[in-house]
Amino acid sequence: MIPPSFDYHAPRSVDEALGLLAQLGGEAKLLAGGHSLLPMMKLRFAQPEALIDLNRIPELRGIREEDGLVRIGAMTTENELIDSALLRERVPLLPEAARLIADPQVRNRGTIGGDLAHGDPGNDHPALAMALDAEFVLQGPAGERRVKAVDFFHGTYMTALAEDEILTAILVPPLPPGTGYAYHKLKRKTGDWATAGAAVVLRMDGPTVSHAAIGLTNVAPTALRVPQAEAALAGQPLEDGVLDAVEAAVRDACDPAEDLRGDVDYKTAMAAQMARRAVLAAAERCH
Amino acid sequence: MPKKIVAMRVNGRPVEEAVEPRTLLVHFLREQCQLTGTHIGCDTSHCGACTVDVDGQSVKSCTHLAVQCEGSEIRTVEGLAQAGVLHAVQEGFYREHGLQCGFCTPGMLMRAYRFLQDCPDPTEAEVRAGMSGNLCRCTGYQNIVKAVLHAARLLRQAEDATAKAAA
Repeated sequence: MIPPSFDYHAPRSVDEALGLLAQLGGEAKLLAGGHSLLPMMKLRFAQPEALIDLNRIPELRGIREEDGLVRIGAMTTENELIDSALLRERVPLLPEAARLIADPQVRNRGTIGGDLAHGDPGNDHPALAMALDAEFVLQGPAGERRVKAVDFFHGTYMTALAEDEILTAILVPPLPPGTGYAYHKLKRKTGDWATAGAAVVLRMDGPTVSHAAIGLTNVAPTALRVPQAEAALAGQPLEDGVLDAVEAAVRDACDPAEDLRGDVDYKTAMAAQMARRAVLAAAERCH
Repeated sequence: MPKKIVAMRVNGRPVEEAVEPRTLLVHFLREQCQLTGTHIGCDTSHCGACTVDVDGQSVKSCTHLAVQCEGSEIRTVEGLAQAGVLHAVQEGFYREHGLQCGFCTPGMLMRAYRFLQDCPDPTEAEVRAGMSGNLCRCTGYQNIVKAVLHAARLLRQAEDATAKAAA
């Protein structure tokens, strides 16, 4: 299949890209890795009149520490996340989870910013960003603003990103020493989206939980943070009754769409199971 | 939509062509460069039959635009054998019977070509992970894994021989 006709622009800077966006308005789409957008264009689910390719903008790439945060350029690819020594040290959840996304070839093209800005609840980075308390940097004609991951996703394919803005970076607080983390993703095969997935960031104070953040993938119109499940853990030891309460809170939060991966009940049950396993796996790493 | 001129190197040769922006790299290679070794399988970036090497990375060419390749270095399956001598990955697939119908083979070879440069001494598990973006509908995976391991041995032997000759 060949996508419908479009004009193609390859700006060399964010300013140039913003200028093109302002000029072309809603007729243009930003092209990141293209592994969601191009398939959608082939199927005519998207028919932009112009693509603004962000691949030749060096300032959108790279991972560095800045003001106590890890700043990840939006056009950083999944394989660059996996290979980042800085991330392995400061935010090891991201390189570990990126290995569960797509396949080696797609990870050469797919970017963290594209994964987030697409607004697909099946993408993995939204739940990870929520669990990590990440913030997104959105740049527009009037300058830069920051939006928390939990406030960014408004619905399936709908985000806080305005038509004239570009997601330029993801800011992630480094995990303090002793923080446990895990991403558990049930999928049918390599490259599949999650049937259900759970990202967990956890800290323990002796036998009890002192901090818990839980994000869910692909079990609602957007990724979800689950404060009720986190509250069930707060100050508690990881006993069966507590974990059962976490599962119950996760099930209550789920609102999945039935598809070939399963019906509503199955996906809801699997989300609870992924959350339980991820909590236990994260706890194993708290020391 | 007006065509754009795009210049790149394909298997070491300079190529300059006018393309519609919507032309996918796989169509460009097959139809404008007449290099039909690269196959179109699923056309949805799942199967890996269209895998080629772009600037030292494996890329699924059904989900990449030819206009994005301005200035790029592309290698396709036609660029593997040199002077009539099979590349080690081709030799490995030949020796270990790493193909049945052969449709997935160009993508498998190109992925193995890059994977073995990134990971020259892989375990079997690493081969399976490294090749996980390529599907074989004949399900001939056992021999594909053996073929990649065979190629890895050949490449390491060649490197050892080169090192010895230089010493």
